[in-house]
Formats: sequence, structure tokens, C-alpha cells
Amino acid sequence: MVKHLLEVKNLYTYFKTRKGIVRAVDNVAFTVEKGETLAVIGESGCGKSSLAKSIIRLLPRNIHTYKGEIYLGNEDLMKLDEKKMNEVRWAKISMVSQAAQNSLNPVIKVGQQVAEPLVIHEGIDKKTALERARKTLSMVGIPEAFAERYPFELSGGMKQRAIIAMALITDPDLIILDEPTSALDVLTQASIMNMLKTIKKETSKTFMFITHDIAVSSELADKVAVMYAGQIVELASAEEFYNKPLHPYSIKLMASVPTLRTDKKLEFIPGAPPSLIDPPKGCRFAERCPWRFEKCMDEPPLFPIDNRSFVKCWLYESKGSFK
Amino acid sequence: MSEQILLSVKELCKYFELRKGLFTKAGYVKAVDGVSFDLKKGDAVSLVGESGSGKTTLGKTILRLYEPTKGTIIFEGKDITNLRARQLLEYRRETGLVQQDPYGALPPFMTIRRVLEEPLIIHKIPKAERIKRIYSVLEEVRLTPVEDFIGKYPHMLSGGQQQRLVIARAMILNPKLIVADEPVSMLDASVRIEILTLLKEIQKKHGLSVIYITHDLSTTRYFSEWIYIMYAGKIVEKAPTKVLLKNPLHPYSQALLTIIPDPDAENRFRIKDVPPGEPPSLVNPPEGCRFHPRCIYFKDGVCNKKDPEEIEVEKDHFVRCWLYG
Repeated sequence: MVKHLLEVKNLYTYFKTRKGIVRAVDNVAFTVEKGETLAVIGESGCGKSSLAKSIIRLLPRNIHTYKGEIYLGNEDLMKLDEKKMNEVRWAKISMVSQAAQNSLNPVIKVGQQVAEPLVIHEGIDKKTALERARKTLSMVGIPEAFAERYPFELSGGMKQRAIIAMALITDPDLIILDEPTSALDVLTQASIMNMLKTIKKETSKTFMFITHDIAVSSELADKVAVMYAGQIVELASAEEFYNKPLHPYSIKLMASVPTLRTDKKLEFIPGAPPSLIDPPKGCRFAERCPWRFEKCMDEPPLFPIDNRSFVKCWLYESKGSFK
Repeated sequence: MSEQILLSVKELCKYFELRKGLFTKAGYVKAVDGVSFDLKKGDAVSLVGESGSGKTTLGKTILRLYEPTKGTIIFEGKDITNLRARQLLEYRRETGLVQQDPYGALPPFMTIRRVLEEPLIIHKIPKAERIKRIYSVLEEVRLTPVEDFIGKYPHMLSGGQQQRLVIARAMILNPKLIVADEPVSMLDASVRIEILTLLKEIQKKHGLSVIYITHDLSTTRYFSEWIYIMYAGKIVEKAPTKVLLKNPLHPYSQALLTIIPDPDAENRFRIKDVPPGEPPSLVNPPEGCRFHPRCIYFKDGVCNKKDPEEIEVEKDHFVRCWLYG
């Protein structure tokens, strides 16, 4: 059997808060193949960032439940202790987090910071590491000479590129991009997307791209996972998803995306997502769903459609479409 | 008369002084540098630009939240550029602001009732009238049933509800002009459309003029009759929304339009043409056209020598670019 690059099964991540247990990631399963980019999309609070942090195991202290299986190749990361996980982190999985450009140390030169993961995680000597940092910087579109500069001498877009370089330098198996361009301007965002597309094509790296922006997600995604209230409700190839989303939430979400090139009437989804402290028993979208029926009182499983898409909705129980 | 002009801005400039030490001036940040336009009654215009282009400063200067450095602002035929105290208060009653971050814009210690009553007290509306107005404006933004909401504090509301409250506050004095500064950029896709739809509804119902400040060109077609594109402190192109989206003339507008994605699986294979570099410093903007260092149509000796004037290329379609002059 061919092993997936990443396989997540029955993943649960709950947080303890004063108000109760927040079920941020609630029984999530998916796979990512080598060289593929999986976009995870959903509204704020749907658990997409928690999912990313669960995979690289960078979790806050108020964790309540953290269980399931996360296979990176043949290794179940869940079975690793903190010390072992620390070796995996950055060497095998790296992450670019939201507004990361502010996380550069202002008093250390950019090149040194980009080289740091090599020195710390792979024990490479500083000089060689710096040489590789220069190469990686030019790969992300920063002139090598900028390695000698300090973060304040770089623009927001350049800082974000430097952070991406830092995530690439150890040549990890999986790179998690958590809203990598959300804080940037449209032009800067587009040129970073160009850069990521080029890297993807030339190096066949594997990315998990987390974003709330559906239009931007299509700039990288080969496969799309839609999250709603802590769960994946649809998993499909980019072609299928952007042309014809299947889950009622995906359909409605897509209808709310303004477009420049086509004339369509915008719709919004009345109501708000449920609380993750006490989510509804059955389908979590049922309350807002125009197609709900009696069965939605029970939680639907992920139904496979033609072996390619998965949809967590009773309408697809007897295969095929419902409309 | 529908063609009536509500607001007329002429050669408006707002410079922020940079200081070096206590007494020496280090120069100016020319955030808004010579902006002119007319806004008709009942029209909505989108002011589109990237961060640092001066769009927020322009909005705030028009509302007289900033002192204009140069130029004039005419509102309903009256010059309000240099109004003071009492008269300025009257102008404030005619205008409203919807901020970007609703939570940051609402005082956390005030109930909804108090948030909405404050402007009414300042403008000396009699007490009996106040509560009536609060109820009607809350119904209008659909924070209903009003009884359930009126005693709540901002943190008890969702992001979308907070933004409705901010809109209600901007509307409570029945203004004629609303400046909405990125009103939906902090909200999720679906809520974003909900709020924009509401704002549009209110605008139509009251015949309001709205200046919608945004970096997101894709929402403009659903909201405004006009688009103004701003770059480095200047408006570089003005046109009716449909015209601009179909036939952008300024190289900067063209770049913006080509790079904004619509959801499409093909996007991942497309490498787009992005103008190189970054927007210029507003302290020492480049000579001539401010976009010239990034422009693919750059003509040496022209674009870097003189700032292009605004040219009306076709009816109602204005552009500042030497390609057309």
C-alpha cells in the first residue's frame, strides 16, 4: 500500500476555558500526498489554525484533550515524546504562522535568523548554514545581500518572504502555511503567491495552506478541506470544489464570495456558526441549512462521492447529488 | 434634483509633520497630496488603495477628524475646511464614520444604549426623542428584538453584530454622508456580505452618500456607483464602477485587476504579472508620476519628470497617466 505523506485520523483537540471545554478540532481525518497542497478553508473560529497547531504540536497550555493519529510517512507523531517531537519540528514539519513577519528578532541579521533552524535542528556549522540561508533567501525572491540586513530594513512583504525561507531551509517534508499573506497588500500577496507556485512546481514540496479567503486558497490548492465548527465537512479536489462545491455549507460559502469577472448575486448565510463549547448534536450546520430534513438530527459521516470527494451530509447518503 | 453635489473636495492635502528632536522639522509625510472630486447626493463611491496609499487619511480629513493642510472641502455649498467649534459640531451631525475594527471602535464599558445615546446627548436631542431614535436605528440595523440588545455590552456581541452597532451609531444623527473605512475587512466571508448588503439598504433608503474605503476591489461592484483608485497619496483613476472594472486605464489599476483572484482551480497554474517593488515613501515620493518606478509603460524623460494631470479620457472616466496625455 502506498503511504500518504501525511495521514490524520480521528484527531481531537479540545481546550479548557473558563466557560467550558472548547472542541476546536473534533474528530478530523484527512490525507495529503507528497507534492500536493491541501488548502484548509473556513471562517474564523472553525478550528483551522488549531488543526495546524495540532499537527506540528505547538499547543497552548490549556489543552484538555489531544488524541488521534498523525502519520508523517510511517511515523505516528502522536507516539513521540516532546524531545523526539522537537526533532521532527522544523526538520520534517515547518510552519509559517499568521502575522509571522512580526516574529523576527529585531536585533539579529535576517540571514542569521533564516539559518537558525539549520544550526539548532540539524547541527550544521554557522558558516555553511549562512551560505544555505543566502540561497534560500534568493529562492524566495530576496537578494542575497539582504542576509546582512536587519528586519527593520525590510518591507512587510520581504519579512514574510524571509519567514517562508526559514520554513523552507531545512527542506522539510511538510510546510504549514497559516494565513501567510492575510496581513499583506494585494500586490505583495500576489507576488508571494507567484513565488510559492514556482517553488511548488520546481521542488514538489508539500504544503498545508490554511486560509479564510476562498479566492486566495485557489492560488495554491490541489485539494480543499472545508472546515465548519471544528469538523471537516467537505474534502475534494480543487477542480471539483471550485467548480461545484457539494456540502450545503460549501455551496453557501462559495455564494458569498464576491467575484470580479463574473456577474453573480451575492448571498450570505443567515445566523452564526454554533459555539464549540456545546455544539449541536446532529449535523452542526443543520440550523442554518436550507436543505435540512429529519435525518440531520443525527451526525452524518463523511460520505465518499466517486472515490474522490467526501461530504459530511445526509443528502449524499445514497451517493450522487441531491439537486 | 438627483444631480445635486453634496461634497466637493478640491486639491485637498494632508501632510503629517515629521520631527527630529524637539524643534527641528525632518520633513512631511504627504499622506494625501492634491485630491479633487465631487460626490453627488445618494451616490456611493469606493476609494480603493493599498495600505499606506492615504485612503484612510483622506476619509478622516474629509470628516474633519484631521485638519487639512491645503485645499478646500465644500459640503452642501458651504466651505467647511476651516470650521471651528460650534459650526464644526453641526458638520459632525451631518456626517458619520464606520470604523474598520468594530470592537476597537466601541467603548467596552458602555452598554449599547449608552453607546447610541452619547452622540444624541452631545447634540442636545431631548430625552424623550433619544430613546425613540435608539429603538428605530437598532431596528434598522436589525439588532432585534431591541429589548434583548439594548442593555448588552459590546463584548457580548458577535463581530457582525458589533459592526451593526457601529453602523447604528454612525446613523443615529441622520447624517447625509457616511465614510465607511474598511467596514468589512475584519469579518468572515458570509458576514461580510451580510453587512455590505445592510449598508447598501440603508444607503438607498435614506439617500445617503457613502465613501466606501477598501483594499478589496472585488466587493466594489456590489456596492458603489463609482470607483476611485488611490496610489501614494493621489487618486490616479476615477470612473463609474462598471467602466473601471471593464476598462481600467491606469497601469496601476490594470495591475490590481489582473492579480485579484476569483475562485478558480486554474489559478494555481497561473503566474501573474505583478509590478515589481513596493509603494514609494510618502516623505520623498519619486519625481513625476509616483508609479513610474514600478510601471511597465515607463517612458524616460516624461514619467519621471512631471506629475501627470488628470485627464478625462472618455465621459466620466478620469486618469492621471502620461499614456493618455
